[in-house]
Amino acid sequence: MALPQVKQSALEARLEGLSLPQTGAWLGMAQSDALTRLNAMGLPAPRDEYWRFTNPTSLTAPVPTPAALFSPQDEAPMFDALDRLKLVFVDGVFDADASDEIALEGLEIERLAEAGQADIHWAKDIYGKLEERGQDPVQRPLATLNTAFATDGVLIRATGKVSKPVQLVYLHQDENSDAILHHVIRVEEGAELTILENGPAAARFNKVMEVDVADRAEFHHVRTQGRDHERRAATHIFARLGAESLFKSFTMTANGVMTRNEVVIELTGDNANAHVAGACMGDGDFHHDDTVFITHDAVNCESRQVFKKVLRNGATGVFQGKILVQPGAQKTDGYQISQSLLLDENAQFLAKPELEIYADDVACSHGSTSGAIDETALFYLQSRGIPHAEATDLLTLAFLAEAIEEISSEEIADDIRDRLEAWLLRRRG
Amino acid sequence: MAQVEETQVKEGVDQETVDAVKSINTYKYGWETDIEMEYAPKGVNPDIVRLISDKNDEPEWMTEWRLAAFARWEKMDEPDWSMLKYPTPDFQDQYYYARPKSMEEKPKSLDEVDPKLLATYEKLGIPLKEQMILAGVEGAEDMPAEGRKVAVDAVFDSVSVGTTFQDELKKAGVIFCSISEAIKEHPELVKKYLGTVVPVTDNFYATLNSAVFSDGSFVYVPPGVRCPMELSTYFRINAENTGQFERTLIIADKGSYVSYLEGCTAPQRDTAQLHAAVVEIIIEEDAEVKYSTVQNWYPGDENGKGGIYNFVTKRADCRGDRSKVMWTQVETGSAVTWKYPSCILRGDESQGEFYSIAITNNYQQADTGTKMIHLGKDTKSRIVSKGISAGKSQNVYRGLVSMHPRAQNGRNYTQCDSLLIGDKCGAHTVPYIEIKNNSARVEHEATTSKVDDDQLFYCRARGMDEEEAVALVVNGFCKEVLQALPMEFAMEAQQLVAISLEGSVG
Repeated sequence: MALPQVKQSALEARLEGLSLPQTGAWLGMAQSDALTRLNAMGLPAPRDEYWRFTNPTSLTAPVPTPAALFSPQDEAPMFDALDRLKLVFVDGVFDADASDEIALEGLEIERLAEAGQADIHWAKDIYGKLEERGQDPVQRPLATLNTAFATDGVLIRATGKVSKPVQLVYLHQDENSDAILHHVIRVEEGAELTILENGPAAARFNKVMEVDVADRAEFHHVRTQGRDHERRAATHIFARLGAESLFKSFTMTANGVMTRNEVVIELTGDNANAHVAGACMGDGDFHHDDTVFITHDAVNCESRQVFKKVLRNGATGVFQGKILVQPGAQKTDGYQISQSLLLDENAQFLAKPELEIYADDVACSHGSTSGAIDETALFYLQSRGIPHAEATDLLTLAFLAEAIEEISSEEIADDIRDRLEAWLLRRRG
Repeated sequence: MAQVEETQVKEGVDQETVDAVKSINTYKYGWETDIEMEYAPKGVNPDIVRLISDKNDEPEWMTEWRLAAFARWEKMDEPDWSMLKYPTPDFQDQYYYARPKSMEEKPKSLDEVDPKLLATYEKLGIPLKEQMILAGVEGAEDMPAEGRKVAVDAVFDSVSVGTTFQDELKKAGVIFCSISEAIKEHPELVKKYLGTVVPVTDNFYATLNSAVFSDGSFVYVPPGVRCPMELSTYFRINAENTGQFERTLIIADKGSYVSYLEGCTAPQRDTAQLHAAVVEIIIEEDAEVKYSTVQNWYPGDENGKGGIYNFVTKRADCRGDRSKVMWTQVETGSAVTWKYPSCILRGDESQGEFYSIAITNNYQQADTGTKMIHLGKDTKSRIVSKGISAGKSQNVYRGLVSMHPRAQNGRNYTQCDSLLIGDKCGAHTVPYIEIKNNSARVEHEATTSKVDDDQLFYCRARGMDEEEAVALVVNGFCKEVLQALPMEFAMEAQQLVAISLEGSVG
């Protein structure tokens, strides 16, 4: 079916400045295939049901809105204290000099552009493939745009228990940068890998990460999205989970005028386990959207979605979550909670927590709450001598605790707690 | 012959529940009344709209209102956002007006109504006599005769056959008649309120209804009056290939109270039939309206053939401060249900409640729920929805809770539970939550484990194990919802009470 005229022109305008994918090797073929798919679906528009709560205009515009550079001098760079392998991207381009040497047992890392020229490559069966699987039943055109036009990214393959985490650092140095990164990760049977991500990346950042977790493998992921006020980001994680595998992802977001984080997970092997969590704090001109879609397509799998949002001063938080239980996916245990704490009367919370269930022997639950800080708890703390501002921060951190508990590493969880506390302190004035 | 399939149910779903769901879905109202009918030509166009208006002897302003709606409808597209799969009805291949020939001259009293029509309602258990109680309601004999009166407006295909107890209601100042009569007798009220809650432009089916509605009920309760009896409308579709489009308008003026019941059935046929109704309720200061529905349209056979496509727009506007509305619905019929009785809580301290039990079986599909739109200060709403799906059916709860910036201290509690019987059906939940001020408290839950801790503790303290205690509390809760239904629906309700929600999923 032809696209409506409005969508057609919007797409043409967006594609104008981008260079067409090169055909030939496997990567080029995957990219031109993605372009064909993108041409059929068009870009998201404000009236699309899936963009009901978030206006996609700034994410789809031909050129990005410039974003002032921001350097958080008041805290140490994220994950600096950890022993890890660091890979640096500056405005969406890999910086070999700033990065660590890639030599770690049980780990293969390649740049997308280089590996893409090979005749045969393990990533061929994943690049764009998991993204394409994630297009049904809801279209995610920004991810397809990414597959077609990604200029950089890494292909990471873990074949054993990797001794230290891999950190992807995204630096932002150009006020007008428009970055498109695409990573592919394969955790082989029985292997374990931790990926850390941090930084604002660009004025506008479009990132896709496809993660294929084989049977009995483990994948851990922690990211923080940078404290820049003016950055915009649309990110997607597409994951496929084998039998008895584990997938855990946590995201912390503080500030940012526009963030849309989509996570699409398919549990395809029995006894697989997926946890997705997020904590976000927004003050003022802040729009944060968590969109999660988890499909249970195997027996006895577990999934958890835990999202907490602290909003003030006109900030908007969005949660769209779905648990889809396919016929035959018996003994599914699905849990979903989305909560917002509105610190003043201008903040907004918009949610659509969905369940779609086609199997009868399952336990799925979801909860969603929204409200101001509990006055009784506040009074209790104050009556014991804790000043109002401190008591409010204390209760705010307690509110976020459930999401932070989803982080596998205690060390990282503590660090995140400290940073959240510092964020609150700075705002106490 | 359909192959008999054994349904495998999971542990925790008891036989009583399975049987109860089965028996509800054995359709008892599938017969047809053989009566001479008069039809308007098939299809819909401005001429048909004029013809319907003409048949109802309507004033010019009403005809214009309809024609404007029709012009609008022609430019609209059928909505496709629901989780329903059905072939688009051919809007030109059905009748929009059908009335029994004997109704050509409107009977002056019930005594003049065609005995065949009276017999039809008699057989449905809705005798159009001014009797005290409805037949067949267990336990109703023991009720004191006073206060159990029910006034009935009976709608047969496109026309209202008659309304009982009109004189007695008139004494109390209550107007209860068919909408076609109201347009003639009380044009000032109709003009003032019609289309103010569900505007002509609201949605595809409401706009179509605005153009072609043929009859329906009208209620006006004057200030300070407590309606002396329950009011009820019974809709019967009889003619083949005929769509029923009824319009109900209820106005509860300051400080008044009315309880309104609605029932509906249709014959068993192979082809699907269309039903698109609009219900508008206006509630002024301190007034209260209770609206209860048992929807039992023909659901289609076990292979999904035939049945009613039920596309209904129902909305209550709590205009005055401290006004209150309560929707209770038991949805057991229809092949396809698309229905969201909603509350606009405009007045300060106004309240909206929605209690729903939706049961689907075979190939039935239901996409139903509510909208609670909080505009006024200190407004409260409560949503309790129980969906039960069996066979190959799909059951969706879809709802919206919206707290506007001005709705200070708004409060909402939502609970939706669903139960799947067998492994070939589906149960889905699609809630929308939009919170735009921080003094509002909104909770959405969909678990059975979250029963009241105090009640659980009480049961545990008396020696019950955890599971037993949960079951007892949940069952008690379900009964509470059913008991919110008026006595007249007790028959259906009594069967439903047998359904336990053990083994529920959110």
